[in-house]
Amino acid sequence: MRTRWFTPWLYVIPALATLVFFLIYPSLHTLVISFFGPQSEKFVGFANYTYCFTNEVMLSAFRNNLLWVALFVPLTVFLGLILAVILDRVRYESLVKSIIFMPMAISFVGAGVIWKFVYSYRPAGSAQIGILNAFLTFLGRQPIPWLIERPWINNICLIIVGIWIWTGFCLVVLSASYKGIPRELLEAARVDGANEYRIFWKITLPLMKPTVAVVATTMFINVLKVFDIVYVMTNGAFSTEVIANRMYKEMFIFRNYGRASAIASLLLLFIIPMIIINVQRFREQEAFR
Amino acid sequence: MIAKQNRFLLSLPLHIFIILVALIWILPTAGLLITSFRPASEVASSGWWTIFANPFDFTQFTLSNYKEVITNIGIGRAFVNTLIITIPACIIPIIIASFAAYAFAWMEFWGRRFFFILFVGLLVVPLQMTLIPILRIFNQLGLSGSFLGIWLAHAGYGLPLVIYLMYNFVSGLPSEIFESATIDGATTFQIFKSIVLPLSVPALASITIFQFIWVWNDLLVALVYLGGTPDVAPLTVRISALVGSYGQNWELLTAAAFVSMLLPLIIFLSLQRYFVRGILAGSIKG
Repeated sequence: MRTRWFTPWLYVIPALATLVFFLIYPSLHTLVISFFGPQSEKFVGFANYTYCFTNEVMLSAFRNNLLWVALFVPLTVFLGLILAVILDRVRYESLVKSIIFMPMAISFVGAGVIWKFVYSYRPAGSAQIGILNAFLTFLGRQPIPWLIERPWINNICLIIVGIWIWTGFCLVVLSASYKGIPRELLEAARVDGANEYRIFWKITLPLMKPTVAVVATTMFINVLKVFDIVYVMTNGAFSTEVIANRMYKEMFIFRNYGRASAIASLLLLFIIPMIIINVQRFREQEAFR
Repeated sequence: MIAKQNRFLLSLPLHIFIILVALIWILPTAGLLITSFRPASEVASSGWWTIFANPFDFTQFTLSNYKEVITNIGIGRAFVNTLIITIPACIIPIIIASFAAYAFAWMEFWGRRFFFILFVGLLVVPLQMTLIPILRIFNQLGLSGSFLGIWLAHAGYGLPLVIYLMYNFVSGLPSEIFESATIDGATTFQIFKSIVLPLSVPALASITIFQFIWVWNDLLVALVYLGGTPDVAPLTVRISALVGSYGQNWELLTAAAFVSMLLPLIIFLSLQRYFVRGILAGSIKG
């Protein structure tokens, strides 16, 4: 297209300026103030980072985030994958897909309220209004204070909420990829006598690998940034802190911008490999002419 | 016939598994919805499932929880605030991104490739990296606690993904259109206005829905730049505050939560196709 040299810039500059102002400049500034004190008035070297790796609460936040990664990422991807494959065989596929995908439309805050009610606990003997404890009492067991019982039960309960929200996303993306596999390929394998299990591992999964990788990366990034669920349901009480929640508290409750910035920078550090993977994938596709 | 029966028996565990999963997914939300229509005394003394003892006894339901949260607890105000925040926060980034995507797709300029790859890299930068410097600037400019501030912030945070999605669509338009329009003497802006934008309506629809739901459901950005002042706070901020102060008043919490879910659910149920398309196109982002 014939244009004057500056025409493209008229179209691009609003976007560039917005991104520089809201993403690039602040990120660099955050890196800088992570080496300064609470109000950025004096240089403290790596003190804020040392704090992140020695403070007991911070370490527990790292451990919890690790637990989130270890459970949330494989389970959402695995559930999404299984459901994508088996829902393809039933007639009510779209109904079930909508049901599982529905949590994506509601906020994490809404989901937090929904699940806090599911986990709601009253001492043994009184009527349980949370469905989970009502079920336990019905079976003749003692009710469990799900969100208080540390360190495993309460964290796992929060992770389940995350899985409930995000499985639909994995399902929709993986299902689209599954439907892209030529049916003749699967039929041919069936004719040759391969069972469904074998077909899944030898044909379906290898063909879906790129999409599985994209979904898994997306889930990994989500889980590192998890904030809303924890903020609404426990606000980090009873050893359920996560990294993003700690960052918020250092920033707003303790007003320690140096520490908050160090935590944010660590978050970025963990995500940088994902940024590199994204850019590389984009270059390989050569979507850009 | 035998084969058919056999197949049904073989797939029976499959159906049971699927129905079980669907139930697990729907029960928590059903519990919320039912509880929001029950009187406080009932909610406190029995589980929501007990309504199925007499499912047709409609006297056990009430609208008073909704009346209470909307008028007295400020959820009505928060709903309006959320709308005020969300609509411009959708429109601004989409306008900016449409211009940029058009230039990236169909114009030659220095640094084009570099800048676009930069945008792709920015897709997953955690918001947390930007909060403190922007909050400081907003405080100096008097933008924190104002709608203008949060519109701009959401525009900035949503922009990389919106540009990426728009670019994918606009670059797929056939080049002949652009060539013949140029031959006919159309300027770049005329092409943008009367060819690119009209042809992009399907993509714009998906992207708008995507950004709408994202902003509507956001908690962190609103918490940081708006704070909890009732006259600006959106639903997510109000409700998370209610969880603290009305922790055991489940009839109110559930009604408030359902008010916040209503609009996204209507959009989701009626425009699911576009929403899914947006998700598929944007699955690179977190």
